[in-house]
Amino acid sequence: MIKRLPLIYVVLWALGSGQVCMAIDSESLQDPVLQTRYTHIIAELRCLVCQNQSIQDSDAQLAKDLRRQVRKLLREGKSDNEILDFMVARYGDFVRYRPPLKSSTLVLWLGPVLIAILGVFMLIGTLRRHLGGADEVE
Amino acid sequence: MIKFAIPLVIAVVLFLFLASGLGRDSREIPSPLIGKPAPEFTLPALAEPQRTVALSDFAGQVFAFNIWGSWCVACRDEHEVLLRIRRDNQIPLIGLNWKDTEAEATRWLRTLGDPYVVTAFDPVGDVAIDWGVYGAPETFLVSADGMILHKHIGPLTDDIWRDEFLARVAQ
Repeated sequence: MIKRLPLIYVVLWALGSGQVCMAIDSESLQDPVLQTRYTHIIAELRCLVCQNQSIQDSDAQLAKDLRRQVRKLLREGKSDNEILDFMVARYGDFVRYRPPLKSSTLVLWLGPVLIAILGVFMLIGTLRRHLGGADEVE
Repeated sequence: MIKFAIPLVIAVVLFLFLASGLGRDSREIPSPLIGKPAPEFTLPALAEPQRTVALSDFAGQVFAFNIWGSWCVACRDEHEVLLRIRRDNQIPLIGLNWKDTEAEATRWLRTLGDPYVVTAFDPVGDVAIDWGVYGAPETFLVSADGMILHKHIGPLTDDIWRDEFLARVAQ
C-alpha cells in the first residue's frame, strides 16, 4: 500500500494541474452551455504555427485570434459544424485534428487498419510455423 | 522465392510512399482558397484612418496581396524584393499590415521604403483569418476578376516572384 502512494500523488498532481490550466483561462463565455461547446471546438482545431498543439493548448497569437473568432461565431448562434466549416474553408482540412474521410485522407484513415491486419496475418503465420515446427520435433 | 518477394514488395511500396513525403515542407499548408474568390474586406488605410481600403477598390486589375508586420523578421528578408517589384512597376502590391501598431508599421515603411500602393491596417487580425493567414510573410496573387491564383508562404525571392507570380499573370 505504502509503495503505491507515490503513484497516486502523481495522478492527483496531473489531474490537479489540468484543472489549474482551465481555471486561469480568462477567455470564457458566460453561458455554461456555450462554454462547454467552446472548449470542445477549440480542442478540435489545430494551431497552424505550432502544429502539434490545438488552439486550446497554444499561447501563440494566432491561436488567441482563432479562439476569439470561435467565441464570436458561438455568440452569433452558429452550430459546431458551421464553425468547423468556417475554419476548414480558410485553413483547409489540416486545421482539424480529425480530418474527414475522403480520397486524399484514405491512407491516413485506413493505413493503420491495413497494417494491423497485415500484422495479425504475419503473427498467425509465424505462430503456425513455430507450433508446426515444435510438433515435428516431438 | 515468394518468401523474399512479399517483404520486398512491402518495402518498395513503403519506400515510395515515404519518399513522396520527404520533399514536402510540413510548415507549408496548401490554402483551400486557391481558385476561389478573394475574401472581401474593408479596412482603414495604415496611418490614414479616414481612408478605407477595400477589395472592390482593385476590381479589374491583377494585384499581389502581401501580409506583413514590423515584428516579422522574415518580412525584412523579402523587403528588397518587394521594393524591386515596386520600382519595376510589375504588379501592384497591396499590403496587409497584420497585428502591428501604427507607430511601428509607419516607422518600418519610412526607414525601409514603402513598396505598397496602399497598406490596409489589420491590428485585430480578422481579415487575416478570412484569408487563411497563419504566419507572415504570405503573398497572394489575385486575378483581375477577383480570384486567388496563387499563395506563397514565407519570404519572396526574385526567382519565386518570377516563376510563381509573373509567370501566372503572363499566361
